[in-house]
Amino acid sequence: MASKVIQALYNDDDVLMHAVKKVRAEHHHIEEVYTPFPVHGLDKAMGLADTRIAITSFLYGCLGLTVAVVMMNYIMIEDWPQDIGGKPSFSYLENMPAFVPIMFELTVFFAAHLMVITFYLRSRMWPFKKAENPDKRTTDDHFLMEIGLHDNENELADLLWETGAVEVKVTEKES
Amino acid sequence: MYTFSNKLRIGSFIAMGLGFIFLVIGFMSAPSTVEEAKAMVAVHDDGHGGGHAEAAAESHGAEASHGEEHDASHDEHLLSQLKNRPWSALYVAAFFFFMISLGVLAFYAIQRAAQAGWSPLLFRVMEGITAYLVPGGIIVFVILLLSAMHMNHMFVWMDPEVVAHDELLQGKAGYLNPTFFLIRAAIFLGGWIFYRQYSRKLSLAQDESDDNTNFVKNFRWSAGFLVFYLVTESMMSWDWIMSVDPHWFSTLFGWYVFASMFVSGITVIAMVTVYLKSKGYLEDVNDSHIHDLAKFMFGISIFWTYLWFAQFMLIWYANIPEEVTYYVARFQDYKLPFFGMLVLNFVFPLLVLMNSDYKRINWFVIMTGIVVLFGHYLDIFNMIMPATVGDQWSIGLPEIGGILFFGGLFVYWVFTALTKAPLQPKRNPFIEESRHFHY
Repeated sequence: MASKVIQALYNDDDVLMHAVKKVRAEHHHIEEVYTPFPVHGLDKAMGLADTRIAITSFLYGCLGLTVAVVMMNYIMIEDWPQDIGGKPSFSYLENMPAFVPIMFELTVFFAAHLMVITFYLRSRMWPFKKAENPDKRTTDDHFLMEIGLHDNENELADLLWETGAVEVKVTEKES
Repeated sequence: MYTFSNKLRIGSFIAMGLGFIFLVIGFMSAPSTVEEAKAMVAVHDDGHGGGHAEAAAESHGAEASHGEEHDASHDEHLLSQLKNRPWSALYVAAFFFFMISLGVLAFYAIQRAAQAGWSPLLFRVMEGITAYLVPGGIIVFVILLLSAMHMNHMFVWMDPEVVAHDELLQGKAGYLNPTFFLIRAAIFLGGWIFYRQYSRKLSLAQDESDDNTNFVKNFRWSAGFLVFYLVTESMMSWDWIMSVDPHWFSTLFGWYVFASMFVSGITVIAMVTVYLKSKGYLEDVNDSHIHDLAKFMFGISIFWTYLWFAQFMLIWYANIPEEVTYYVARFQDYKLPFFGMLVLNFVFPLLVLMNSDYKRINWFVIMTGIVVLFGHYLDIFNMIMPATVGDQWSIGLPEIGGILFFGGLFVYWVFTALTKAPLQPKRNPFIEESRHFHY
């Protein structure tokens, strides 16, 4: 079903931030904001729920740490114990300091990579996907705010012009 | 303007008084003859065994190698350890609180040199804490001077008798001799105190002036100071700390001590700021400033662990006898403070300060700060004590007295300095940015 939306373009992130706050204060529902770069504090201004990616990151880190411990225990202690520098590999605990760099690296590796993959999955992004942004300029130097219309076209347009938009247009949006 | 609350002032005097009494008791109860020392150890009977011989062999290598006099020198050594204990407790606490203000000075200079926009609101707090550099530095210097005058036996290389029987120390004598040692200490302290006083003067002058020349001057001096500081801080840590184990050396020791003082300093900035805020001062300081300080506490705690582990792992893996004795002494006689410190300084801040919401809760930052500060006191304790008192350590009257006395003096001096100038700089060019700082 196609729905009508109004799109306002801005060319400054400060103006955009003020516009977002004002539009929200007037109780209009902002559907999406497209920006060329992450705007600090925009999520809070839009009233979006906090991201939970930090929690997944922590869990992935724990997973990486566990993988490192199990892997090094298997490789260095169980499968092929060696005597390195007069420190025979009889027990994991006694050789632990040698494995700390690996534990650290795998923790970071797992946390970073799995977090990025999670972010892409959650944002529904994959290779060759058709871009969602309605205007190419949002990848360059413009910011676009999109608001759903409910027969209040003129009122909203006036409000948006007032907030400092450089362009306001009404379009149909496939959803 | 801030007025020193009476409660806090009286509290600091009580701490100083109690601490002084405890320290005096500590000095009085130290043995003066070998017989007394032996009697004390026999009474305490606290595992005077295998580990001790090793520590003795390490710091008194020369004497111990004279086999026929071993027993006598062993008792002599025990006596000097017990005599060292109140001195070491005094020195560890004096250095710990001095190091806090030095760490804050480095943090302050970095903010100045980077022309940071978020922190100018906190400059007066930092300047207040660095005011302790003057009395704290003088006290540390006096302790070092008394050591050089053989009032104690903390720095064994200061004893000509020891050096005469020790080829390694003879080789180092060109650098490690009492005269040059004191000259260096005077240069370090002079440079640090000069920068602190001059930067404070410029900072106050900036409030009254109508251009930014004072600010620019402060920026230049701060950048210059940081160069001076990085070199002298490293040398200071070899001189004042690493040289208590004169045979042992670690090339990243300066950084390791730096991390400790940096995180303690930042923690104290956060704690003083939260305290002043809770009393209704510093209205413009918001949760985001506290959040940033807590992020630094978290980050530098990890940095400290990184350096601690880098130092430990290389020595552990290489297993060279002259290096590894350092950790052997700590593993055998200092299990609790040594591993306890790792928990307090790494595991605890890692888990507690990881969540970004917790960094904005003021009382939470204070609680975490107390734990982190205690952890870094233990860190200094572990650096000094194994060399000076060996297995005769404990945390008793002299140690607690040292913490109370210098803690009280620190609080008194810092909060007195805070009353001397308005808590919010007026004409810092970045003050508006700092007021609107938000995360």
